[in-house]
Amino acid sequence: MAVRKILGIETEFGIAQRGVVDPNPITASSLLINAYLSRRAEPGGGPGAPRVGWDFLDETPDIDIRGFAPIGSLAPEVETHLVNAVLTNGARYYVDHAHPELSIPECADARAAVRWDRAAEMILVDSMEAADEILPDGQELVVYKNNSDGKGNSYGCHENYLMDRSTPFGRIVQHATTHLVTRQVFTGAGKVGCEAPGLDRMAVPFQLTQRADFFEEEVGLETTLKRPIINTRDEPHADPLRYRRLHVIVGDANLCEVATLLKLGTTAIVLAMVEDGTLDDGVSLADPVQALQRVSWDTGLSAPLLLEDGRTATALDLQWELLESAQKYLLEQGDEMVGGAVAGEVVGRWEGVLTALESSPSELFGVVDWVTKRSLLDGYRERHGLEVEDVRLAAMDLQYHDLRPGRSLFARVGAERVVDLDDVARAVEDPPADTRAYFRGRCLQRWPDRVVAANWDSMLFDTGDDTLRRVPMMEPTRGTSDHVGTLLDECDTVAELLDRLSENPMAGLDD
Amino acid sequence: MAEQEKQHRGTAEPSAQDVEEVGANSAAVEQADELKDQIDGLLDEIDEVLESNAEEFVKSYIQKGGE
Repeated sequence: MAVRKILGIETEFGIAQRGVVDPNPITASSLLINAYLSRRAEPGGGPGAPRVGWDFLDETPDIDIRGFAPIGSLAPEVETHLVNAVLTNGARYYVDHAHPELSIPECADARAAVRWDRAAEMILVDSMEAADEILPDGQELVVYKNNSDGKGNSYGCHENYLMDRSTPFGRIVQHATTHLVTRQVFTGAGKVGCEAPGLDRMAVPFQLTQRADFFEEEVGLETTLKRPIINTRDEPHADPLRYRRLHVIVGDANLCEVATLLKLGTTAIVLAMVEDGTLDDGVSLADPVQALQRVSWDTGLSAPLLLEDGRTATALDLQWELLESAQKYLLEQGDEMVGGAVAGEVVGRWEGVLTALESSPSELFGVVDWVTKRSLLDGYRERHGLEVEDVRLAAMDLQYHDLRPGRSLFARVGAERVVDLDDVARAVEDPPADTRAYFRGRCLQRWPDRVVAANWDSMLFDTGDDTLRRVPMMEPTRGTSDHVGTLLDECDTVAELLDRLSENPMAGLDD
Repeated sequence: MAEQEKQHRGTAEPSAQDVEEVGANSAAVEQADELKDQIDGLLDEIDEVLESNAEEFVKSYIQKGGE
């Protein structure tokens, strides 16, 4: 049975340090995030301004604490020099390998995810400005929201979806794969050139996605080598008997809000259909890895993909089929598990985008990233009479994703908005009200000095006693404003909050 | 599948729909012109903000160690 599709995105950003010989990206990423955290910690820097570290305890598999557990010593938090912070909006902001990465808080629908994803962009912009104040003249940190350096190095924009543990994994692989391969027609961020091993860069002058060139397997645990379309990491960050977290690593980071909305919204509905078995009669691709690249390299959107039953279909054909199934699903099962009213908006826009892709894709300027980027590249190439391999086109490709407002090409496009800018600004400070991120974020806003560490499914508090106290949050749909809003407002201290929670542990955070 | 889709979105009834399509086409042409003007304006701006040394910029943009 479908469970509520709590979802989120984690984005690794590209980073360049200007004005330094042989820059170190790890140092640059740490500097960027520390500059932001320091700025926020200044008076007037905003509420909360947490210097709270990420708690790695949940990454230890044998820990399964229910109820309050006194912890004798400090958790093994922030065991490295790398920055790893939790923000008042419930997000995690950290250095991952050699990139700044931001995981947005758990969201209950795709529109909310767009809102917190845009808030993440604002946080990165603010971070660049904060770093600018610290760095000597002539030096600068620049952040890019893309997934490839054009030289064979890729970094991810991963999606997470809460799923029912009882759904057979093979069923997810079979039916989710078809969507992940064919949704590229609207999720692609566009890329100049090709980075598939063994091929000349200009073998594909322009393709739909940043990521397709880097995938070699259908299913697997890897994220950096032999990347799989379906990732099997089993780390639910929730009750493991009940839930699975599907970790999708095959998508692009989008700048168009509509593209982000559709990427998450359509996938959430498809996964609910997989859980409820309504796609069991759907078709499967004969060779998903080959199809992934084929779709990405096919700007004419007409390449036939071989199906397991021997027939062929285009990515658009398969998307129309999934859309029809989704429309039927919403009629029959309702929208409760797939984001409520937002699901209707998703399906409406889905149909509009497929219609336009079929008849006149250029209408999707400012709606779908690859179309937007290609229109700019084509226009520029024609105006200046450039060859397709001209380096200025590769520069435009990168600069499309530059997050500096003054330099970003995307920022000039006037793209269609899904969320209100004031709402985005508030999402920099505040957590979503309708997931457990609310409890995390509000506690950080109210008692930043009392939160020792936090992670997705627990928080560690210092009440001033000898022992630290851990609060587990194993149910992502609880800890919301409805569940704990009044309680949080009524408590003056953390000690009072924990006492009241322990009097009635089922009140807010657990089922 | 493909065939099925094309049937129910492709050509069907004459007259009334033709009129509608003429309307839709002229609107589409207008929209395309608008888009072209918009992109032309953007290209002027892009000339101004594009990294001055494209070659050096592209060459130095290296991102190792992802995910």
